[in-house]
Amino acid sequence: MSKALRVDWVGCDGHGVCAELFPEWIRLDDWGYPIIDPRPVPAELVEHARRAVVACPKLALRLADV
Amino acid sequence: MSAAPVDSAVRAPTPPEGLPRVLAGRRGDGPASLEEHLAHHGSLPRVGQGAKVRKAFVDMVERAGLRGRGGAGFPTAVKLRAVARGRRTPVVLANGAEGEPASRKDELLLADLPHLVLDGAVVAAEAVNASEVIVAVDRASRRVRTSVARALGERRAANVDRVPVRVVDAPSRYVAGEESALVHWVNGGDAKPTTVPPRPYQRGVHGRPTLVQNVETLANLALIARFGDEWFRSVGSPQEPGSALVTVGGAIARPGVCEVGLGTPISAVLEAAGGATEDITTFLVGGYIGSWLPASAATMGLGDDLRAVGATFGCGVLFALPATACGVVETARVARYLANETAGQCGPCVFGLAAIAGALEAVARGERTDTDRLRRWLHDVAGRGACHHPDGAVRFVASALQVFAADVERHLSGMGPCAGAHRPPVLPVPAPGARETGWR
Repeated sequence: MSKALRVDWVGCDGHGVCAELFPEWIRLDDWGYPIIDPRPVPAELVEHARRAVVACPKLALRLADV
Repeated sequence: MSAAPVDSAVRAPTPPEGLPRVLAGRRGDGPASLEEHLAHHGSLPRVGQGAKVRKAFVDMVERAGLRGRGGAGFPTAVKLRAVARGRRTPVVLANGAEGEPASRKDELLLADLPHLVLDGAVVAAEAVNASEVIVAVDRASRRVRTSVARALGERRAANVDRVPVRVVDAPSRYVAGEESALVHWVNGGDAKPTTVPPRPYQRGVHGRPTLVQNVETLANLALIARFGDEWFRSVGSPQEPGSALVTVGGAIARPGVCEVGLGTPISAVLEAAGGATEDITTFLVGGYIGSWLPASAATMGLGDDLRAVGATFGCGVLFALPATACGVVETARVARYLANETAGQCGPCVFGLAAIAGALEAVARGERTDTDRLRRWLHDVAGRGACHHPDGAVRFVASALQVFAADVERHLSGMGPCAGAHRPPVLPVPAPGARETGWR
């Protein structure tokens, strides 16, 4: 099953850690909130995605089955 | 199949032909009493006890093809089934907490025809075997509060309802009528959207499966229960059966709510409202999270037709902008209103909508503005919130940049704002001081 990144927008405070850890898939908008590539994360990058998920100080990022 | 009343005290009259149907029992000078309502429509047939008859009722709603009239247009039968499937006893939440300043239909229904809405809520409760009906009204409308309270009193005295019905006065805010926000507020929280899932049909009021339905949808349900699915489909188009209440505004002779068949061309709706009083160059459809359309769209049907141009019928707003008004100024004003109505929970909505409104205001004043950046913001903000408030606001502004492209250019040309920018604005936006600011 493939995985895609999802943000809990109520939880997200725009710390930006995710974009730093996984720039291949996450960039920040003009206000510091993540813009996530909606496509499934390729298998070889899933480990990076996981690292970003774990590092989010608000636990607002998750890797969902798609 | 037409549903015949089983144990009615009042014989069902012949089904109303043509239009109006939802608005048929309106008096025009205050709410229809229970007696008047029953004399007009006959009494509400019971769905009956047992899973089998409940399923038969939902099947009839499916054949009728009723879809939600609150904005999203979701098939009602699918929602009824999803709620009924839950393990716990469901709740029905009638949504009359309309937050759209350009729409008056829900207020009119609750104020003039409260019994039709309450019938629909009660029959929906029977269809999903709910134990309770909650009617949420916009607390800013005294007319609605009085009418619904009186109607509930009449129903209690006549003992017509099989489930307890109570009314709650919801905060008068744009996003408070969003279904997860309304449920959160009924549960004691702020009237702000919550992260979904779980959606209300899964876990809503008191954690129970909750059927949230717009009051116009419920009014239609009350008629389907009486007159059946074939009758329901006799108005509208085969793909979009039934009628819709449209709030018509702007430069037209008789602004207000009118009832038309779904799919009726915009031009015919304007005629039904007395026709244009000035030259019309653009229409706003779907309310403030809807879309601007050029005058050439007048031949399009109000309904699914609009999807071809990226618009939706939404909660039934049709506003005819006079040629003398400035679309840029109107859009900037509404964009600021929408930015102020953010629930303040999601970053892209809080900062994005404010930035977008600011850029539009600059264009409206004729100041140099980076419109490429504005377009990028519109693109970036869409789809990045717990609810669809930012998506709707962005769609509204994006449609304005398209339809009013020439006006935007003129404003940025160094000649200053157009002549229309100096006339009083025409779209209804509540004054900042008149708005509710709390969330409870």
